[in-house]
Amino acid sequence: MRKILLSSLVATSLSLGASTASAEGNLSIYHWFDYIPQELLDKFSEETGVTVTMDTYDSNEAMLASLKAGKLGSYDVAVPGDYMVQVMVNEGLLDTFESSELSNFDNIEAQWMDVSFDPGRQSSIPYQYGTTGFMVDTAAYDGDINSLSLVFDPPEELSGQINVLDSQGELLALASMYLDIPQCTTDRDQLKQLNSMLKEAKTHWASFGSDTAKEVLVSGEAKVGMIYNGFGLRARDERASLQYAFPKEGYVLWMDNVVLLKDAPNRENALKFMDFLLEPENAAAITDFANYIAGVEGAMALASDAVKQAPELNPPAGQPGQFIETCEQSVQEIYDRIWVELKK
Amino acid sequence: MDKRFDLRHFPGFRSVTFFCLFLLYAPLVIVMIYSFNDSPSITNWDGLSLRWYIDVFYGVEAPKYKAAAFNSLTIAVCAAVASTTIAVAAATAMHRAGSFRGRSISFGLINLPLMVPEIVTAVATLIFFSAVGFKTGYLSILIAHIVFCIPFAYLPIAARIQAVDSQYEQAALDLYASRFEAFRLVLLPLILPGIFSGFLLAFIISLDDFIITNFVKGAGVETLPTAIFGAVKLGIKPNLMAISTLLLLVSILFVTLSYLVGKTGEKYHARPK
Amino acid sequence: MAAGPSNAPPSKSSVYHGLGTRLMLPSWIVIGIFLVIPVGIMFVYSFLTKEFRGGVIWEFSLASYDQFFLYRGLFGDEPPTIEWTYLSIFWRSIWQAALATFLCLVIGFPTAWFIATRAGRQRSFWLFLVTIPYWVNLLIRTISMKFLIRESGPLNEFLLMLGVISEPLQILNTHLAVQLGLFYSYLPFMVLPIYASVERYNYALSEAAADLYATRWSTLRYVILPTVKPGIIAGCILVFVPSLGAFLAPDLLGGAKTFMIGSLIEEQFKGSAGNWPFGAAASMILLSMVLVVLTFYARAQTKAEAR
Repeated sequence: MRKILLSSLVATSLSLGASTASAEGNLSIYHWFDYIPQELLDKFSEETGVTVTMDTYDSNEAMLASLKAGKLGSYDVAVPGDYMVQVMVNEGLLDTFESSELSNFDNIEAQWMDVSFDPGRQSSIPYQYGTTGFMVDTAAYDGDINSLSLVFDPPEELSGQINVLDSQGELLALASMYLDIPQCTTDRDQLKQLNSMLKEAKTHWASFGSDTAKEVLVSGEAKVGMIYNGFGLRARDERASLQYAFPKEGYVLWMDNVVLLKDAPNRENALKFMDFLLEPENAAAITDFANYIAGVEGAMALASDAVKQAPELNPPAGQPGQFIETCEQSVQEIYDRIWVELKK
Repeated sequence: MDKRFDLRHFPGFRSVTFFCLFLLYAPLVIVMIYSFNDSPSITNWDGLSLRWYIDVFYGVEAPKYKAAAFNSLTIAVCAAVASTTIAVAAATAMHRAGSFRGRSISFGLINLPLMVPEIVTAVATLIFFSAVGFKTGYLSILIAHIVFCIPFAYLPIAARIQAVDSQYEQAALDLYASRFEAFRLVLLPLILPGIFSGFLLAFIISLDDFIITNFVKGAGVETLPTAIFGAVKLGIKPNLMAISTLLLLVSILFVTLSYLVGKTGEKYHARPK
Repeated sequence: MAAGPSNAPPSKSSVYHGLGTRLMLPSWIVIGIFLVIPVGIMFVYSFLTKEFRGGVIWEFSLASYDQFFLYRGLFGDEPPTIEWTYLSIFWRSIWQAALATFLCLVIGFPTAWFIATRAGRQRSFWLFLVTIPYWVNLLIRTISMKFLIRESGPLNEFLLMLGVISEPLQILNTHLAVQLGLFYSYLPFMVLPIYASVERYNYALSEAAADLYATRWSTLRYVILPTVKPGIIAGCILVFVPSLGAFLAPDLLGGAKTFMIGSLIEEQFKGSAGNWPFGAAASMILLSMVLVVLTFYARAQTKAEAR
């Protein structure tokens, strides 16, 4: 037993030793699972000499919880979604930078410069953006698919074969669009309507699943399934009859952003990394990997044809998606209640 | 005396065991088959290929998986050894040391790691570690694992001690053995199956943990579950199936080794029934 | 050696009298520092005011317990009535965990018995056989299980081919699937403790019963089960308690249409609700429930041993 304990000590010191600095220092990234190609991190290390370590999370809220529980100060950058950037700004979890500190700052596409969650891009740069809608198996249903009614009030033949994302924000936002009520409404009648509509809709759903959103569609288990467009592209690769819908009532638009964290131990390198990600070539590499669009000028031109021409990534003109709004606390509490009642 | 073989046997128990093993192994067959799938999907079959094994060993993420497998296995072994040791001491105290202060709450305390939902342990432990300035990394994972492995090691061991009458140790004491000798030479061999069971449970529980590990690990230290968990969102890729199959091979290797070691050991040492 | 009444409850079991505290010390220290203090923090948190979207504000509040037990309407302004939502979530989880425990016991006991009656060195081989599948990550095992039982999966195809069924069975997203998943997640936690007890079983007791004309099954019921009870109880605790908080099997196999205790608490820390004090309060309620049951059990056991 002593031997085992000893070897574990050796292992510990080894793994501690591995993370000690190279000449150019370190960079500590807090990122989503499987959202950046390893090759790109290697390329960054090669170009700058910076040693990269990456830690991963599986939801915006999990990241926030772990930062607030004490991990702030151990990472340099994180990659929160749009609304989460705003939350983190409000919580004082982010550092700011001057546009002059990033030589590629001007590569940010104009439309993503003055975003509501970080006006003027003081703490964040775009990473990738995409949409949340749903896919339909056109082999099982040949009607018009571009309506949210397929999810919330489906025809007989689709009832009981629907998978929705297990995510309050996305589901309630889409439900609001379907009912044509504003997100985060404070109107009581509208909230009641939302509540009863969802309860009714749930009787048509087979499952709530985020982790398996793609798999249930590919396997044919679900004929209609809420999904992110990038996953949708991969799902179609595996089952050609799947088609991504752009519902006329609206769909969710989201954007993940690289943010500079407060108390970053390697602020310099964090900025180097952000600059690196704003190179069109590098942004395109992420697009090819994750199948979403970078908000970087010139990146799309360098992406592979499969991505460029994917119907999932090209919404019809004049029909933009909407960001999920961050509700004020009193409304969010009602949303939480609706959600619990839906799943009780 | 010949009745005894009969008495050990219950009709149907053998079939239940085989049914049980069938249930346990059926999904693994799927895992193994699809690790040889040529397609990047686990739902479509595109023909035989070894590409995912090559990917595991030589792909861009190979170093990550290797480090993760190393961390997972060493943490699981260390945590299982430490928690089993602690559990043996605790079980001896609970069932062999008469009454002492704190005995009645000890049972609850030892089982506390079971009762607290994992996510709560995870967040609370992280808050605690950062409050006392304990740097998260390999060591913080190991400590957290030791804690939640204790009840899994304790319960089988305690169940075993209860099945062993203390008169054997009393006899040893009567023959002038010291209490330590009575423990080491009499009790310990008698409760070995319980210790073995507890160790195995602690080991697999540590090997499998995701939630707590994901919170208390430091940047850059991955275990297998944290390395593979997110990949599932994109649909499990066959490389995870390949890793799983490799792990199964490693475990089968261990079993074969232990079988052979046990075989040679048996010649010297008749096992008390 | 065979003849000793080794399965009688240990008499005055105090071989190491006076060493109790010292032997207990390592577990007190490890659990005390690394779990009791963190759980204590959570206990305190459950009485604090929630910070919007995660975290706490250091102001005393009973809001979390109020939310758990009292219903004030969708908008929170109606006169309070009893809140059944969370209680029913708890009840459903308890029921499900109890069923899974029963299932594990019914299949686990014969398995443990079978293993314990193998020849000496074969036993560890069989034990390993039961634990080998657990080298594969739970998530991957659960997803493979899902693959196996889905409508167009191998199980259905096989049964259709045999002609046992004419329509594919709808197993996925049912309670049966969740039970199967829980069973699959926790089976060795039942088998190994029972094995540890049964392995020590003294067959002289069965012989005595047989001499008194007991049938095989009444011997099992009145002689074997009472003597190996500690192992069975240990196994039941190890399956029941983790099943209570499980969410992987209910989510992936059951369709996640309803909250379980585990997913409800998880949602408070990792979901959009971000209500830490409520998550802490729900955990404390769960914890005290289980603790009460276990303490009763420990008391009863202490009394039995003191006899």
